[in-house]
Amino acid sequence: MTEHIVHAPFPGTFYRRPDPDSDVFVTESQHVEAGTVIGLIEVMKMFQEITAEQPGTLVQFLVENDAPVDAGQPIARLT
Amino acid sequence: MPLEIRRPGLMTTVQDAGRSGGYHLGMPPSGAMDLFSYEVANLLVGNTDGQAALECTYLGPEIEFTEPVRIAVTGADLPARVNGTEIESWTAHDVAAGDVLSFDFLRSGARAYLGISGGIDVPSVFGSRSTYTLVGAGGFEGRALRAGDELKVGVTGPDRRAAARSVPAALRTTHPAQVELRVVVGLASYRVVPASLAAFFSTDWRVTSDANRVGYRYRGGGIDFVARTPPAGAGSDPANVVDIGYPVGSIQVPGGSEPIALLRDAVTGGGYATIATIISADIARAGQSRSNDVTRFVEVSLDEALTARREAADRLNRVRSALGFD
Repeated sequence: MTEHIVHAPFPGTFYRRPDPDSDVFVTESQHVEAGTVIGLIEVMKMFQEITAEQPGTLVQFLVENDAPVDAGQPIARLT
Repeated sequence: MPLEIRRPGLMTTVQDAGRSGGYHLGMPPSGAMDLFSYEVANLLVGNTDGQAALECTYLGPEIEFTEPVRIAVTGADLPARVNGTEIESWTAHDVAAGDVLSFDFLRSGARAYLGISGGIDVPSVFGSRSTYTLVGAGGFEGRALRAGDELKVGVTGPDRRAAARSVPAALRTTHPAQVELRVVVGLASYRVVPASLAAFFSTDWRVTSDANRVGYRYRGGGIDFVARTPPAGAGSDPANVVDIGYPVGSIQVPGGSEPIALLRDAVTGGGYATIATIISADIARAGQSRSNDVTRFVEVSLDEALTARREAADRLNRVRSALGFD
């Protein structure tokens, strides 16, 4: 099975949920499509949606909710 | 149109050296956060009349050229590719109609500058083509680029091409993850408890997520202001003053936490005491630092700040010479 890593396109703060009171966008081992939003990165007062980029199973998040991320940093693993 | 924006990047704006003379009206200079890199990008492509370039923040755009132009990428280490093949930064390249420019993930720094021969042709507002992001003035429709935008370029003088195509390595900027920003203490530093001001200089400040062209916010400690009865007109926050002009680079600390350094799209005045000001020669270094990076502030005298300003101008002149301009 080929593995796909979703990388943070830019630095910021990564969130797994749309706001503190909501559920996470996706759970680990959930099936996703290319356009499925898996998280947000907050940067420069904007919230940018991060998508799965290709269909598959989201096996593991490599970054926690409300954690800093750098440009190019791996965020999630899909198979 | 010569430039077709296929993907806009995260925040790509048209910038030049900025607009001056309007600070008292609330109009900040805007213009490139890293003026040195912007100027060099222009020199490499033969622009010598203050033409506008593109400032690419954090994530680069994907651009298709429909006419031959000369391009150069400077500033942050945002690796560029033409038709998938990596091209060297700080170097002029000729692209043909149909060529596509794209970028890999940012490696260091924050903002790359894309110089294009002829410059980006947008209307001049208040004497500049820069984008003032806070109010949506100038640049391309007052905003960051979007997919589908089409940009015009101006005409290049045929005899203004740089003689050398590449900037010597020693004159290129490097971008460490931890930066030191030199500041001159003041204007209202007397409002700060002396031990607290000393602690300001020995703290590792981390750039928060919301840092942008208006200002950079830092987390890592607090500032204690000298207690006093607020004068009439000042608010009740210990950091309040009645009114003060905010120089570009000035640092204020609302509520005593999370210092904010105002940058090229600065708010020009308001009601918070400013405790120190980043020197003009280090504004570029601030603008090349990123969210989550660590910053230290270093106190310098006004004389040292002026010397640094002369050294910065000198460095640009050495690039000019190296590229065959006089």
